[in-house]
Amino acid sequence: MDVEYIAHLARIRLTDEEKERFAGQLGQILAYVEELGELDVEGVEPTAHAVPVHNVFREDVARPGLDRDTVLGNAPATRSDQFLVPRIIE
Amino acid sequence: MIASVGLEVHVQLRTNSKMFCGCENRFGHDPNVQVCPVCLGYPGALPVINGKAIELTVKTGLLLGCTINHRSKFDRKNYFYPDQAKNYQVSQYDQPLCSGGHVDIVLDGETKRIGITRIHLEEDVAKNIHFGDASGIDFNRGGTPLMEIVTEPDMSNADEAFAFLSALKQILQYGGVSDCNLEQGNIRCDINASVRPSGSDTLGVKTEIKNMNTFKGVHRALKYEIQRQIRDIEKGREIIQETRRWDDETGVTASMRTKEYAHDYRYFPEPDLLPVELTDAQIEAWKEGLPEMPADRRDRMVRDYGIPEYDAGVLAADRAVADFFEATARACGNGKAASNWVMTDMMRCLSERETDIASIRMAPEQLAALIGLVDKKVINMPAAREVFSILFEQGGDPETIVKDKGLVQVSDEGAIEGMVDQVIGEHAKSVEDYKAGKQAALQFLIGQVMRISKGKANPQVVRELFMRKLG
Ligand SMILES: [Zn+2]
Repeated sequence: MDVEYIAHLARIRLTDEEKERFAGQLGQILAYVEELGELDVEGVEPTAHAVPVHNVFREDVARPGLDRDTVLGNAPATRSDQFLVPRIIE
Repeated sequence: MIASVGLEVHVQLRTNSKMFCGCENRFGHDPNVQVCPVCLGYPGALPVINGKAIELTVKTGLLLGCTINHRSKFDRKNYFYPDQAKNYQVSQYDQPLCSGGHVDIVLDGETKRIGITRIHLEEDVAKNIHFGDASGIDFNRGGTPLMEIVTEPDMSNADEAFAFLSALKQILQYGGVSDCNLEQGNIRCDINASVRPSGSDTLGVKTEIKNMNTFKGVHRALKYEIQRQIRDIEKGREIIQETRRWDDETGVTASMRTKEYAHDYRYFPEPDLLPVELTDAQIEAWKEGLPEMPADRRDRMVRDYGIPEYDAGVLAADRAVADFFEATARACGNGKAASNWVMTDMMRCLSERETDIASIRMAPEQLAALIGLVDKKVINMPAAREVFSILFEQGGDPETIVKDKGLVQVSDEGAIEGMVDQVIGEHAKSVEDYKAGKQAALQFLIGQVMRISKGKANPQVVRELFMRKLG
């Protein structure tokens, strides 16, 4: 388990002490989950949802959204009616 | 060296509302006015699938000969970038709506089949605006339905990629799936390109060029990138798998900053959305509702209106043009004349004005009425052309225009005879020339009568009178 890699993907900065501690904890969690590997799942379809419900659709009808002042009111910074973020470097 | 090109084409669907919420799906609004808790990614907001987006994607699959998967689901694609608020994009990973399929392209009279790998549905991302010192986010586009069509690496050059995109666009427009307006970003694509020595059947290392938004750009970028790869290999340089950026101004592709880590999207099933299950009956019902495709329409128009295959092909190429033609032909009962007007005067006016047939004021019924006036010999062709220009600019009733402009054709011999006699008296030289066998002289004499009659004389009657008097 590469804790540094996981932390990077989650955009979390960890100290060396934390890396060591989390490596141990994550190892335990993974070992616990791996116990599932003992089960024989031959012939069992993988499932993404436990409830047998499907096809929940919306009618394609547009309705008004939120008021813009309300929406931008929550933003730390705005400019020209847009959310302002640090310059994006590609 | 042989090149292999594959495309990932992103198509904005023609729906009223967004993919997972009821916000309006429309281009051109002020920033951040079509937003709600769902498409802004507020915690606790729950998405619900827009059924119309599923229908349009499946219809596309049917039009491209795909297998429609009876079971499909949505997944989360995780990444950090300020084009979406949730830090994941809802997409489809391992169970797309459609698999397989193809698009046939025709180049230099040869047909080539380009394979489709899959078609899946996802949500579009927000638009970023760069201010220089900072960037802005407009969420109006965020969460609108985006269909991704992935091709096999079956194209071998820029021309084939261009032909593929044009053919695909025609099908999508015909199917009413998307407006395919390139200026509004309705179609955007990523290019994958690699080269390999002739005779080798393993694909070379590929590079990716992202976010192309014009077909012309795709063509130019591919021409450059294929040549660059061949040049590099010939110089003994290795091709690196990377993402490159196309610069439209300088006309070159350049390596983008290589990422510290390769992309790791950690896809997993979207827990907030239930799977989609399609029955054969549902798929069959959508299939029934599919419009006629261009090639079928061309063949039918040849049968129904007795027009040449070439003309029918030109008319059928654009659904709106074909609709206009057919409405005109049905209303006037003269398919040949309707085809001639649409193919010549209409096409010329449209290209001169840089507009499309859906935006003009003239209605098919008006063109049909104009054709009727010509057929009944109420007006002659030069007058009809004049009426056509007026109809094109402002529409109207052709009969009223003819009356107002005094364009009614004069066919009465008595009225024309005086003008013919006048011309014979004034142009003795041409009369002599015609009697000596010069046919061009007759054209000149007829032209003089047309001039005196201000274009209203029936040229057929004028011709007959001259031939009788001078014959
Ligand atoms: Zn919304």
